[in-house]
Amino acid sequence: MPSNVSGPTGKELRITPIRNGTVIDHIPSGLALEVLKVLKVENLDKDSTVSVALHVRSQRMGWKDIVKVEHMELSAQKSNAIALIAPTATISIIRDFKVREKHPVSLPDRLVGVLTCPNPNCITNHGEPVESEFEVVRRRPLAVRCAYCERSMEEFLPHLAR
Amino acid sequence: MSLKGRDVISIRDLSRSEILEVLNAARHLIPVAEGKKRVTTLEGKLLALAFFEPSTRTRLSFETAMQRMGGQTITIADPSVSSVAKGESLSDTVRMLSCYADALVLRHPHEGASRLAAQVSDKPVINAGDGAGQHPTQTLLDLATMLERFDTLSGLKVVLMGDLRYGRTVHSLAHALGSFGAELVLSSPSSLRLPEEVRHDLDQMGAKVREEEHLERAIKDADVLYVTRIQKERFGDLAEYARVSGSYRFDPALLQKVKSTFIVMHPLPRVAEIPPEVDRTPHAAYFRQAFLAVPVRMALLSLILSGRTGVRG
Repeated sequence: MPSNVSGPTGKELRITPIRNGTVIDHIPSGLALEVLKVLKVENLDKDSTVSVALHVRSQRMGWKDIVKVEHMELSAQKSNAIALIAPTATISIIRDFKVREKHPVSLPDRLVGVLTCPNPNCITNHGEPVESEFEVVRRRPLAVRCAYCERSMEEFLPHLAR
Repeated sequence: MSLKGRDVISIRDLSRSEILEVLNAARHLIPVAEGKKRVTTLEGKLLALAFFEPSTRTRLSFETAMQRMGGQTITIADPSVSSVAKGESLSDTVRMLSCYADALVLRHPHEGASRLAAQVSDKPVINAGDGAGQHPTQTLLDLATMLERFDTLSGLKVVLMGDLRYGRTVHSLAHALGSFGAELVLSSPSSLRLPEEVRHDLDQMGAKVREEEHLERAIKDADVLYVTRIQKERFGDLAEYARVSGSYRFDPALLQKVKSTFIVMHPLPRVAEIPPEVDRTPHAAYFRQAFLAVPVRMALLSLILSGRTGVRG
């Protein structure tokens, strides 16, 4: 599934297809670098290529970003984190150059280990052996509530568990 | 669903009918709390009280409730002399206590501590206040006080005054009153308004809520004034504390203009929010409220530990 990107001269720049890995498409323009942080690309196998396309024309969205990562299939936790910050994203799993799965990201009703609680006094921020847990209390606009301290939040980027 | 074996972390954990079951049981336990009648419903039961923050009323009323029903207690009242001071996690302390006792009561400075405790404990956990979060048993005794006086909660007009932001008692209380169809009037300095998420919850359940900073207007036609202490310990800026605490004192002259059945409540301890002159009026309900802590906690403990109160009702 090669992505073609038109350069300023009109010449086609091509992001090379990958044999095995994940393509995250339809990321809201400007958020690809945040998606890379979620993916922790710095921890990938050193032979993996990571391609990032920023500000790409999209029929559906106007502009979008795309991220392709070789040799990586997303964990549920990372997929949930992407759903929080880039709710329009679609994920394609590539095996042997073929798209084996393609689906939009979806947010479950409970998010475990994805966010850190913004409340500094929440017990989850005090060295206890516990994973953060949030329940989705509203989907549009998205709001989640800490299952421990019951504090709500609507801004997620600064609070992603890194 | 039976309350036997259940955790009570947030007032949300109890349905309206379960709340009424506890309040009804508490009413029948008043003679036991007064020492006029004896029951042994909790004989052989041991309750662990882990208090990581100072408390007089809450801890003593749980101890009294247990002992009046024949049960016994073990207590951590000063964490500085327990293994917590050696750096033990709350999770480990709770696991240890749950091996010893039949149920745990926890007060902790961090919000969510009781929810965590309930996850690691295989015995029921009762939240006795977690930071600025929930304090469900205080809410139960607040409701018991109103129910005893007015025989209903639905349609009561309740003014919540003072620190609505950090005062943990009012968050649980507002939620419960909203679910019973009471009308809420919020009267607080703008820096101490009810947190957004609590307000959001109230709006979601369709509760009647309005804000009225002017107390005289707020208590006109009201049934209950619920006063909270402006909590010095929750303020980073002491100048801000001095400014707002001075502006929130109940003036006894305002009692000239209220309904004859109007009551003033306070979770205590009070500092200067209610002057002692109010104590001598029929409107003062805060000492009755403090007493009702015992039968309410007796009701809750006996329903959780043995599924019955041992008195008819």
